[in-house]
Amino acid sequence: MMNNKIINNKINNKSLNTEKPEPIIDSAGCDSVRYDSEHNDAGCDAGRRNFVNCALASSALMMVPGMLGAGEEEKPDPNELVLGDGYRPKDHKWGMGIDISKCIGCGRCADACKSENDVPREPFYFRTWVERYRILENGEAVVDSPNGAIDSFDEDKLDERIIRSFFVPKLCNQCEHPPCVQVCPVGASYRVEDGVVLVDRDYCVGCSYCLQACPYGARFLHPETRTAEKCTFCYHRIVKGLVPACVEVCPTQARIFGEMEKKSSPIIRFMRMNNIGVLKHSLNTEPKVFYANLDKEVR
Amino acid sequence: MLKLWKKFPGQLKRLILIFLLFVAALMTARHFLIPHDYGQYGNYRGGSVHEIANLEVKYAGQIVCVDCHDDIAEIKFAGYHKNVACEVCHGPGAAHVEDSDIELTSPRGRDLCILCHEYLPSRPTGFPQIVSESHNRVKPCISCHDPHDPVPPEAPKECSACHGTIARTKSHSYHADVECVYCHQASPEHKVNPRENLPSKPKTRDFCGKCHAEDADVEFGIPRVDMDAHEKRYVCWQCHYPHLPEAGQ
Repeated sequence: MMNNKIINNKINNKSLNTEKPEPIIDSAGCDSVRYDSEHNDAGCDAGRRNFVNCALASSALMMVPGMLGAGEEEKPDPNELVLGDGYRPKDHKWGMGIDISKCIGCGRCADACKSENDVPREPFYFRTWVERYRILENGEAVVDSPNGAIDSFDEDKLDERIIRSFFVPKLCNQCEHPPCVQVCPVGASYRVEDGVVLVDRDYCVGCSYCLQACPYGARFLHPETRTAEKCTFCYHRIVKGLVPACVEVCPTQARIFGEMEKKSSPIIRFMRMNNIGVLKHSLNTEPKVFYANLDKEVR
Repeated sequence: MLKLWKKFPGQLKRLILIFLLFVAALMTARHFLIPHDYGQYGNYRGGSVHEIANLEVKYAGQIVCVDCHDDIAEIKFAGYHKNVACEVCHGPGAAHVEDSDIELTSPRGRDLCILCHEYLPSRPTGFPQIVSESHNRVKPCISCHDPHDPVPPEAPKECSACHGTIARTKSHSYHADVECVYCHQASPEHKVNPRENLPSKPKTRDFCGKCHAEDADVEFGIPRVDMDAHEKRYVCWQCHYPHLPEAGQ
């Protein structure tokens, strides 16, 4: 109805050329009122030109400080973290993708992790490990991880019928909002700007608050130093441009590693091509380990 | 200021002095106890990031291996193991890169291979797996398979390489002398892609009748039945297990 009326008005204005221009109301019905240009007098036209000129000038003025700033040399900030060969954490944001449907549960990742990071060989000390999920007919999940899967798995038959079974590699999720960092009373757990959560071995007092705060059970107390230990995404490797050891050795490419905010990164493609899930998303920790083809039973 | 100070009662002056002393002691203790680089980049000790970043790298990465061992790399990158990094089998190699006198291990037994290739129901479908118990038990894997270019060998010499359970059962049955291929015709592709190229199976009673019918033209001593009278509504293998016929009798 409204539209029809406007169109009628327009036609009337143009065809009849009446002396006083009829206001044309926007079809949205808002209060802006335009006048048909044919009926504008010269003064009105000049006013608009002024307005456009002023607008151009003011926007140009607004850009001046920005342009001046761009010409200046960037001063190195003494408080900006630069590691090794000019690695700047603030320019990176790391993430890992894990494809459940590719994992064969060989445990090479857990083994390589222990070699790379000098993790004690005894069971129960793991920075990364692989869990086997077996979903029973009644919906229950049987989860096991003998020696973190370093010696792979035995067939180990169950009495109940299994309807689905798969492997889930686990590690520290490098949360964007890490609960472990929040609870550390001495500031030994911290998050670097590139999103990796690290532990200061010399500063940790071994109170193990963080072990309890971690919803993913990704931390452990080192039996000798009695300090908290966890996956660092192999921080000493990624600052040198290498991938974490577990990603390097994964024989089926179930693990993908890369930058979260660079389009060329393999993880961007991984996240686009797969159905992505994270562990315990309801906790709002914003994990940066992303699982493809994740079963709802995995926690 | 001094006037104000004189106005204070004696005990308040002492209290203020003690308080100031306490604050000074706290500041001194804080100065010595907290590392200087604490809070440099954030709420943590700045030096610790550098310490962690400077830890020793143990896995050199496949790109480094390929630099020297390009001959093996060429073979490997064309085969099924192209995505298996060298250090998966040979162990961390950064030390070997620095000093070639430090030799890496080359696994010769079966232990390492079966970590990936042992049959597990949880493994993704299509991943090549074997039951190591019945797959040429005493032979090391590398006697038939080149780990750098792992193709299934020409043919597993016997069907028992994969079907060990059946082979063992059959070996002490009356059918021990009957070749597998007498009943099952397998195409050569079955040895490469077993699931996509299934061997044939007997379909009719008449197949068993070739030996067991009363008028069968075979040697004496084979049990005979009257094919027309003997349980005509069923196929033979509903009652007799062909790999262990009439077990226990």
